[in-house]
Amino acid sequence: MEKDDLMLEQLANREYEFGFVTAIDMDISEIGLNEDTVKFISAKKNEPQWLLDWRMKGFKAFQKQEMPQWQNFKMPEIDFQSISYYAAPKQQAKYASLDEVDPELLRTFEKLGIPMSEQKQLAGVAVDVVFDSVSVTTTYKKHLNELGIIFCSISDAVKDHPELIQKYLGSVVPHTDNVFASLNTAVFSDGSFVYIPKGVRCPMELSTYFRINAENTGQFERTLIIADEDSYVSYLEGCTAPMRDENQLHAAVVELIAMKGAEIKYSTVQNWYPGDKEGKGGIFNFVTKRGACRGERAKISWTQVETGSAITWKYPSILLQGDYSSGEFYSVAVTNNMQIADTGTKIYHLGAHTKSRIISKGISAGQGQNSYRGLVQMGAKAAYARNFTQCDSLLIGDRCGAHTFPYIESKNNTATIEHEATTSKIGEDQVFYLNQRGIDAEQAIALIVNGYAKDVLNQLPMEFAVEAQKLLSLTLEGSVG
Amino acid sequence: MLSIKNLHANIEGKEILKGINLEVKAGEVHAIMGPNGSGKSSLASVLAGRENYEITEGEVWLDGKNLLDMKPEVRAREGVFLAFQYPVEIPGVSNINFLRTALSEIRTHRELPQLSAKEFLKMTKEKQALVEFEAKLANRSLNQGFSGGEKKRNEVFQLAMLEPKLSILDETDSGLDIDALRIVSNGINKLRSADNAFVLITHYQRLLEYIVPDFVHVLYNGQIVRSGTKELALELEEKGYDWLKEEFHGNESINKI
Ligand SMILES: Nc1ncnc2c1ncn2[C@@H]1O[C@H](COP(=O)(O)OP(=O)(O)OP(=O)(O)O)[C@@H](O)[C@H]1O
Ligand SMILES: [Mg+2]
Repeated sequence: MEKDDLMLEQLANREYEFGFVTAIDMDISEIGLNEDTVKFISAKKNEPQWLLDWRMKGFKAFQKQEMPQWQNFKMPEIDFQSISYYAAPKQQAKYASLDEVDPELLRTFEKLGIPMSEQKQLAGVAVDVVFDSVSVTTTYKKHLNELGIIFCSISDAVKDHPELIQKYLGSVVPHTDNVFASLNTAVFSDGSFVYIPKGVRCPMELSTYFRINAENTGQFERTLIIADEDSYVSYLEGCTAPMRDENQLHAAVVELIAMKGAEIKYSTVQNWYPGDKEGKGGIFNFVTKRGACRGERAKISWTQVETGSAITWKYPSILLQGDYSSGEFYSVAVTNNMQIADTGTKIYHLGAHTKSRIISKGISAGQGQNSYRGLVQMGAKAAYARNFTQCDSLLIGDRCGAHTFPYIESKNNTATIEHEATTSKIGEDQVFYLNQRGIDAEQAIALIVNGYAKDVLNQLPMEFAVEAQKLLSLTLEGSVG
Repeated sequence: MLSIKNLHANIEGKEILKGINLEVKAGEVHAIMGPNGSGKSSLASVLAGRENYEITEGEVWLDGKNLLDMKPEVRAREGVFLAFQYPVEIPGVSNINFLRTALSEIRTHRELPQLSAKEFLKMTKEKQALVEFEAKLANRSLNQGFSGGEKKRNEVFQLAMLEPKLSILDETDSGLDIDALRIVSNGINKLRSADNAFVLITHYQRLLEYIVPDFVHVLYNGQIVRSGTKELALELEEKGYDWLKEEFHGNESINKI
């Protein structure tokens, strides 16, 4: 173990690779939160009255709500009055080609290892870039248009497709859901909107790279994806954030709606700044993600690779309303140094013959604390519903922790629920075995961890899986030897 | 090629190796036999660079380089291969990907060009055939759910792939069925060359009928108490270790006078 500790130290000393700030002119709202802030944001975006009214409802709900207390860590003090709630790049023009985009921005993407030029070549990836709060560029729009697919920023959707937004926004995650969802409702900046028409199979992975960029600016994305009957879409969300000293709040809301026979695959690679080794700085990531399988045979799957943030508080959930609908949750969550992750899923089996599958792989290193929290609920009408849960924890070193909190509620005695859980440690034997074949400790850990997480990584689209693998290795560099 | 001089090693404060001397030249095969717990695997571990052993005295040289100064992965890249007595399982890591990584590290270290995917695949097929290793196993996760014998055969497959200078096989024969023993031995014989050397740790004379050693050593109580040719193995098969133990303890008491 001594050697492990040594390696741990050496490698933990690596600085966060994506810690840099891009110098682009920003348009930032004044610090603080009150009704005027909400009106300011709405006015900035030229929103219709109904949307402002909804934001106001969210703001009122936010004021009444308490911070959640049930999670397995001490909730940090968040001073909502010291945060600026709106930041947009000053150049608001949309670009037809990459040549027109601020070169500084392009360099940012290059530093992230996702050069747009390469992105474009990656067959079938359309990228809608949310740079801080406002969409900067959308590619492949035309091709998607021809299929009747709508892929744009929420702001544009409010202007161009108000009927869809009015009908579905907040229909899965209501404005009263939890304190962070209410806050998001009040001040959400922007995010992505996707609509796939009936019977259409979206021919490419839709992808958005989020990135927090303005200092002291919380980021509140709002994403809404609607897959109409018998349609299919795979959506990728990935993010990295620049180095920051003060904690930043990130409270996104994602809503998915799958109609009869439709399928939505939602994949996330989350790599926000985790803070330094002492736990200073880092993103507070309080996210509400929920999908509804509204019709028969609808299917939603969440796949997440969570490597960043100082605190991750996130429970992508699925409402299985339609009979024979199914839900999947695949998760890899890594905590190193002082990181905290409290994450899992909630699956509500409402319809008959509904199916769900949960594979959660927690990895803790350093003094990281990793909790799996999952709820499987079988409703009274969920005849013959089935759930399988596998929940594994991997420990690297002996100062970290893994915890599991599986909750099961069943109101239907024909429903079956299976739960398996394991906890393992990366063995010195395993590392030595790989060393003996010429592989150094760092790479050995990367191999072992990627092997452990394989079942989840396999769920990711190819190009994302490669990125996720690199990220896992990068996050754990320095955790054992 | 390998030169071990007066090697002493402790584990958890207890002396396990008590002055080992051994010279292995290129092209040679040495067998190391000895009763359970005498220190055979410990010697192998120390040579491979396992950290929980503390070297208290002695030297080990590999082709003029100080082996004890190198990290385990560097020893491997320099050409030391240990076929483990108890190979570990690494879930989810594909055997082939693992070998590709290992081979790439080794080739980088040896300043050889990297193999293309196609060349690597070709090599994999050749080596599989050479040691008669099932393609099905090569594509599975590293040792995960392998039977005892399959794990041993995977060690030999890896040996064939990584082309080491010095191979130490720690009881690779135990756990192999009669046919597998023959197949594995044939494979190793085919891998023998004037440039490499093998150290076979074994309890059974039988292996040495297939792979004929140039020298046989008996390790007892952390020391090599007897060296000879293949006839020594036959003698041990017949008489066991007691006579050597008695001789050893006799000498020890004489030395004390
Ligand atoms: N981690 C350890 N802690 C304490 N003693 C150890 C440890 N590892 C090995 N030993 C002891 O060192 C001695 C030599 O063990 P070793 O495994 O080298 O024997 P061996 O000759 O390979 O035996 P076998 O033929 O049974 O494989 C044994 O007495 C063993 O119990
Ligand atoms: Mg042994």
